[in-house]
Amino acid sequence: MTLFLETVNLTKIFSAGIIRRRQTVAVENLTMSIDEDSPTILAIAGESGSGKTTLARLLLGVIAPTSGQVIYRGQSVEELSRKQRREYLREIQPIFQDPFESFNPFYKVDHVLTTPVAKFGLADSKAEADRLIEQALDMVGLQPSETLGRFPHQLSGGQRQRVMVARAMLLRSRLIVADEPVSMVDASLRATILEGIRLMKRDLGISVLYITHDLTTAYQIADNILIMYKGSVVEAGSVEQVIRNPKHPYTQLLVSSIPQPDPEIAWGADGEIAGDPEALDVAATGCKFVDRCPLAFDRCHSDHPPLYREHLSRAAACYLYADSPVLDQDTLNEVFVLDGAPEPEGDPAR
Amino acid sequence: MSSAAVLTVNDLRVYYDTDAGTVKAVDGVSFDLQPGERLGLVGESGSGKSTLALALMRLHKPPARIAGGEVLLEGTGDVLKLEDGDLRQMRLDQMALIPQGAMNSLNPVMRIRDQLADGIRTHMPNLSRDELRNRIQFQLKRVELPNDVGGKFPHELSGGMKQRVAIAIGTSLSPSVIIADEPTSALDVVVQRQVMETLRSVQKEIGSAVLIVGHDMGLMAQFADHMGVMYAGKLVELAPVKDLFANPQHPYTKLLIESVPTIRAKRSLVGIPGSPPTLINVPPGCPFHPRCPSVFEPCDRDVPETISHDGRLVACHLYEHETA
Repeated sequence: MTLFLETVNLTKIFSAGIIRRRQTVAVENLTMSIDEDSPTILAIAGESGSGKTTLARLLLGVIAPTSGQVIYRGQSVEELSRKQRREYLREIQPIFQDPFESFNPFYKVDHVLTTPVAKFGLADSKAEADRLIEQALDMVGLQPSETLGRFPHQLSGGQRQRVMVARAMLLRSRLIVADEPVSMVDASLRATILEGIRLMKRDLGISVLYITHDLTTAYQIADNILIMYKGSVVEAGSVEQVIRNPKHPYTQLLVSSIPQPDPEIAWGADGEIAGDPEALDVAATGCKFVDRCPLAFDRCHSDHPPLYREHLSRAAACYLYADSPVLDQDTLNEVFVLDGAPEPEGDPAR
Repeated sequence: MSSAAVLTVNDLRVYYDTDAGTVKAVDGVSFDLQPGERLGLVGESGSGKSTLALALMRLHKPPARIAGGEVLLEGTGDVLKLEDGDLRQMRLDQMALIPQGAMNSLNPVMRIRDQLADGIRTHMPNLSRDELRNRIQFQLKRVELPNDVGGKFPHELSGGMKQRVAIAIGTSLSPSVIIADEPTSALDVVVQRQVMETLRSVQKEIGSAVLIVGHDMGLMAQFADHMGVMYAGKLVELAPVKDLFANPQHPYTKLLIESVPTIRAKRSLVGIPGSPPTLINVPPGCPFHPRCPSVFEPCDRDVPETISHDGRLVACHLYEHETA
């Protein structure tokens, strides 16, 4: 198994203020990996302030980590040679939240497609470049004749978003980091874009990191999920386990707060909201969720819980499950299910 | 329909005059709002739902103009015919708006208590300082904000707190109608749930009717008791929320509900084929007919009438033969 992209103890701390330095830990000690051989859709979910967008920016090399490393094909991203760095930038492509901001309004949409072809030398002639671009547009269901030659404002939000997907295909990327790709589009179109992302994995073998606050769409398209809270992973595993049957009190709160599109299901029937969900400060010691946790006990205030593997395809960072074996972060992938593989049943082997 | 309605909208039309032509953002919408009712209005972007919400209070801005219809508010008459002075008296006192993205609608250089006092004082100029202070304290408490929030500026508050302030302002004079335009669209789910619970409890306490506009079907299902669906400036279906979800009648409503993902079952995601029409060039007949799977002979020719069918309003040729 080739590890395509890894993070090792990745940490990003933002500091602000000149006299009183205020530090915000956006991502703390995150170790995870994406392998090359089995394309997967991994969702990274959390609310604002969970560190999910910071993680995306770290993986894309837009910002540098405070400590720890992002490792691309076995080599730290900070130590890549020029040539390797080009490959890294080609193989990992972003799709951002607002498809309008990815475009320069003064250029035709062709620009975002022709530039990478030229920069990465994908085609020998103009004719071949055109053919590649048309092929990529076809794959995302856009008519080349109705797309090329237009300005970004002449396309709908969904079309702009699909042009960005076409760009990733054109570059033969291996991994797409999609940061809230559908939070600005309408329900009817959202389904179309998400289905496109799913097909991208199935038909082209491209892996996707789907970064979102929306557990519903994560459940629909992802194989596995990491739930983040204030920069740390609180629960990880298959979406079936984590979203259908959440174990960490924070995940439970998130899932029960989703307004279900069915008036017969009461909202938040599973429990009250304790603590202030918008508090910026976290407890200095112990579990970060302790101030809001209805089930907290003594140990939660003093120690930071590791991930406990309480199911074959799920681990939760919570002392409620301290009877289960501890899962090291570098073996986090063990709880992930492979696409198409049957969901394993029962307790973890021990 | 019913005479007990607190708000009756009849054939409301709001048009935008642009260089490219007239945009019919709201094109002949009629509905009633009963006292204490929570009516959710959904639609895709560009369906005219926000324009409708603003026009009910005549808060629409040029180039939007009211091209016809009535907005009958109980005890006031036709809002569209009010003189400026009466219109200002009506706003906040009888009909109040909780705007979209309340975080940006508060004045950044004014303390929260002064922003609350502003509206109350305009409508009750004879209130003593003590009475005003008590009222503000009461308002903050009702939306579950600590009293010291009154002395703060908007930038010192979190998103959820700012939205609560907007609810406190909107309900400060116990209006009979509250209009909420995507009140929680920028909030995290847990905060969204808290804010909506607060809005519901305040609304119940003062007995106002709420018209809530949005695109989140889940939020509507949980908050509203009736729901209307807008498409291309028209109200295509209006029904009790449980009936609408259990048994949608209009083909657009059906597809809209099917396109909403849930965490209850994994399924392939189906969008609605095609895209919504530009409102300058609305297709003839039923505006949904180019995308409709049940399209038949009259659809591209005749605009369907809104008819009462099976306890709801629906504008679709499929059901027309049933009215006799």
